[in-house]
Amino acid sequence: MSDTLVEIRDLKKYFPVMKGVIFQKPIGWVKAVDGVSYTIGTGETLGLVGESGCGKTTTSKLLLMLEKPTSGAIIFRGHDIQTLEKNELKTYRRGVQAVFQDPFSSLNPRIRVGDIIAEPVVVNEPLPKAQMQERVQELLRLVGLNPGASNLFPHEFSGGQRQRIAIARALSLNPSLIVLDEPVSALDVSIRAQIMNLLQDLQQQFGLSYLLIAHDLAAVLHLSTNIAVMYLGKIVEFGTSDELRHKPLHPYTQALFSAALPSHPDEQREEIIIAGEVPSPLNPPAGCRFHPRCPFAKPVCSEIEPALRSATNGHQVACHLYNEPS
Amino acid sequence: MTEPLLDIKQLRTYFVSAKGTRVVKAVDGVSFTLNEGETMGVVGESGSGKTVTSLSILRLLPPAARIVGGEIWFAGENLLTKSEREMQRVRGSQITMILQDPLMSLNPLFTIGNQIGEPLRIHRGMRGHSLTERVKELLRGVRISSPEVRMREYPHQMSGGMRQRIVGAIGISCEPRLLIADEPTTSLDVTIQAQYLNLLKDIQLRSGLAMIFITHNIGIVARMCDKVAVMYAGKLVERAPVRTIFNQPAHPYTEALLNAMPKLTDKTERLWSIEGQPPDLSNLPTGCPFSPRCPKAEDRCHREVPPEYQVGDQHFTRCWLWERR
Amino acid sequence: METSQAVATGDTFAAQSFELTRWRKVALVLQRVPIFPLLILATLIFTAAAADFLAPHNPEVGNLRYRYRPPVWQDKGSWEYVLGTDHMGRDILSRLIFGARISLLVGVTASIFAGTLGTTLGIMSGFRGGWVDQVIMRLTDAWLALPGVTFAILFAVLMQPGKWNIILILGLVYWTRYARVIRGEVLSLKERDYVRLATVAGCSRAKIMWTHILPNVANSAIVIATLQIGVSIITEATLSFLGVGVAPPEPAWGLMLAEGKSGLMAGYWWLSVLPGLCIMLVVLAANLLGDWFRVWSDPQLRQL
Repeated sequence: MSDTLVEIRDLKKYFPVMKGVIFQKPIGWVKAVDGVSYTIGTGETLGLVGESGCGKTTTSKLLLMLEKPTSGAIIFRGHDIQTLEKNELKTYRRGVQAVFQDPFSSLNPRIRVGDIIAEPVVVNEPLPKAQMQERVQELLRLVGLNPGASNLFPHEFSGGQRQRIAIARALSLNPSLIVLDEPVSALDVSIRAQIMNLLQDLQQQFGLSYLLIAHDLAAVLHLSTNIAVMYLGKIVEFGTSDELRHKPLHPYTQALFSAALPSHPDEQREEIIIAGEVPSPLNPPAGCRFHPRCPFAKPVCSEIEPALRSATNGHQVACHLYNEPS
Repeated sequence: MTEPLLDIKQLRTYFVSAKGTRVVKAVDGVSFTLNEGETMGVVGESGSGKTVTSLSILRLLPPAARIVGGEIWFAGENLLTKSEREMQRVRGSQITMILQDPLMSLNPLFTIGNQIGEPLRIHRGMRGHSLTERVKELLRGVRISSPEVRMREYPHQMSGGMRQRIVGAIGISCEPRLLIADEPTTSLDVTIQAQYLNLLKDIQLRSGLAMIFITHNIGIVARMCDKVAVMYAGKLVERAPVRTIFNQPAHPYTEALLNAMPKLTDKTERLWSIEGQPPDLSNLPTGCPFSPRCPKAEDRCHREVPPEYQVGDQHFTRCWLWERR
Repeated sequence: METSQAVATGDTFAAQSFELTRWRKVALVLQRVPIFPLLILATLIFTAAAADFLAPHNPEVGNLRYRYRPPVWQDKGSWEYVLGTDHMGRDILSRLIFGARISLLVGVTASIFAGTLGTTLGIMSGFRGGWVDQVIMRLTDAWLALPGVTFAILFAVLMQPGKWNIILILGLVYWTRYARVIRGEVLSLKERDYVRLATVAGCSRAKIMWTHILPNVANSAIVIATLQIGVSIITEATLSFLGVGVAPPEPAWGLMLAEGKSGLMAGYWWLSVLPGLCIMLVVLAANLLGDWFRVWSDPQLRQL
């Protein structure tokens, strides 16, 4: 069992909806993340799965300190990052980096690739020129690119190659955690496997932890150690990749599996087509947020919100179907 | 045997740069057929030419593109010999298309009712009460409740899944014989995608519509299609019925695509990946375009472009490995 | 079977016609480059630089015996004063040549000054948001509400006439155009992933604005600047015309226009028309160049 690198405790992020032209007043709150807790261990990958509006992207932004939490704690190596001083904040930033979805907007088109990769180092612990160049070339080799690429501009590279550059940059400070926000969904299918393999190799080589956000269930299952399924700002199920693959408990998780595309025309799958659309996070349903669309909803589901409880070892689910009434 | 609904013979569509100096062979000798009520999947990645093929069928190419050769036979007529006027009668009523981004497919300034009614007004000359009734019927057909209310709403008031269904309603409004869907579910959530694909299947069963699905996602093909055409760098590298493609892929590219997918059911340690980069269409290598990345490439593959060989019943591939000995 | 059927439709052609003759290639290259504006501006720059060598006479001191001479092609004109003389007997051609220097100096420097000021404010406003944005934008609104030229005149009257004051005034009056446009671009650039990643890497806001935002708005700023050169020159001409711009006897084109006003009625057309023509040509050239640059620097427009 690896030790905990990051712990998120009851994290909440509410965005105010403002009204008024000059003097603005909040008339409602978009509860993008509404009480989320999880841990990521060293060398592990936590996969966040869910559809639009579930809050997975907002969670990653909170972890990257691109947004401030409304409440809750983010504990990195035992320290709550919201209590950190300026210097310690710098150390945090060096420990946590990111790779985003769109390879075409992740790289500044006017800066050379070598400078793009070197930027985090230049900002935090500048090295003398020769050493910097060496580091950049080493990183390029690590991600499978020609070291001579450092003098070129981003537009000379394909999508997959740009994503490699983004990964090289993320590695430049030897981080402990990399947030991967849909790292392969904008890439061609034949390239996705290359990049996923690269991420796996790097993880093994450097003992990296990943927070992986993706909507492709199969890819998440493949890369993750643990998986959290999110719906409307809450975690509805949490477990290891194997557990979820063979025994998804929550009806929403089951529906996600059912809705996923088959890998063979003869593949039979239980049809759980849930009706309707994801409700607006401005006004989530009372009780269990999923109950209006749930094929197994009981009366209690519209009244009391189920808490995330352990079903079997490590496998947690927030659903009244699995809670014995006390 | 009845005539196929759509018969494309050796289609070639090239893009010419403004100076006339660079030629990109976006579609280079593509042939396939489609019968009434069948669904075909055209699979390929960026640069494969799948979208340009569909635009060529509808003759909706951008100014830089030219159809340089081939024939497109639809219901007994060669679409390439028609004038623009005649094509306008075909588009929307005989052949329709739905695109990836529903937000861009709908005009934000007009109501839903107005936009669904447009093809009906143009092709069927419908007006007034009968038009309104037909629009409501179409909305019900794509499972949108309260059609009278929805008709008066605007696109921005609806969710992505609903918009895509409305685009579908516009598409089938004049009961076309062929529907071309270009990545229609890429921007949708997984559960919404499942609903939408079910809906399309349903519509097809009710109306006997033929469909062409253009996608990079083999999963959609597995779910929806009867036959498959795999494209790479403008060439059709393999075509076969769907089960044949999945059970006995003949072309190394098809095989690699199938292996590169992570599977939901079993756990693999490492994914099978295809080496190299997607092809640069303005700078194609000599010989088979897949040869730089092909694990089974031989000397000949780098020198000559292979012709199409028959592998089995209705199964063809463009690969030297299948040359009759 | 090949192209015969498709030819009737008009949207096909034979693949063989891709080869271009050498002449056609040259013609295409010439079409791409803006010959006319570049020629004019090159001439202007050359004239301004080599004014001392090119001008046949001293532009500021004239010979009263030769006042109001017409240009050489009219009778009574002579090759000594090719374009004629003004009311003080000063050679028009020499004055035009030296005036080029002033127009160029004022036009370009004022554009640079306004551009720097406006771009900086635009970037800060767009990137910082919040009250900084509000303050700068309200200031911009107020500034834009006042008519530019009138404002310039007001300032000019308050200050001494003179080249450098004019440049200062033009900069202060015209920065708003930049601020508005650049701010808009910055608002969308701010959301780009590479800006977010720069924050994640630990870059300070100032570094992000300098390294990531500025180079990506530079193109727009340059386009506005080239288009503004014309405006600056015209405003300077207006100010000089009204007597609050460049001080006589310096030969600014606008001043020449003003001084020639009284001569128009008497038939001495060359006093005003010739400098007016110069102003027109330079502004036209600057506008065409700016337009070409705008299309050239936008990859999307270039495809058409």
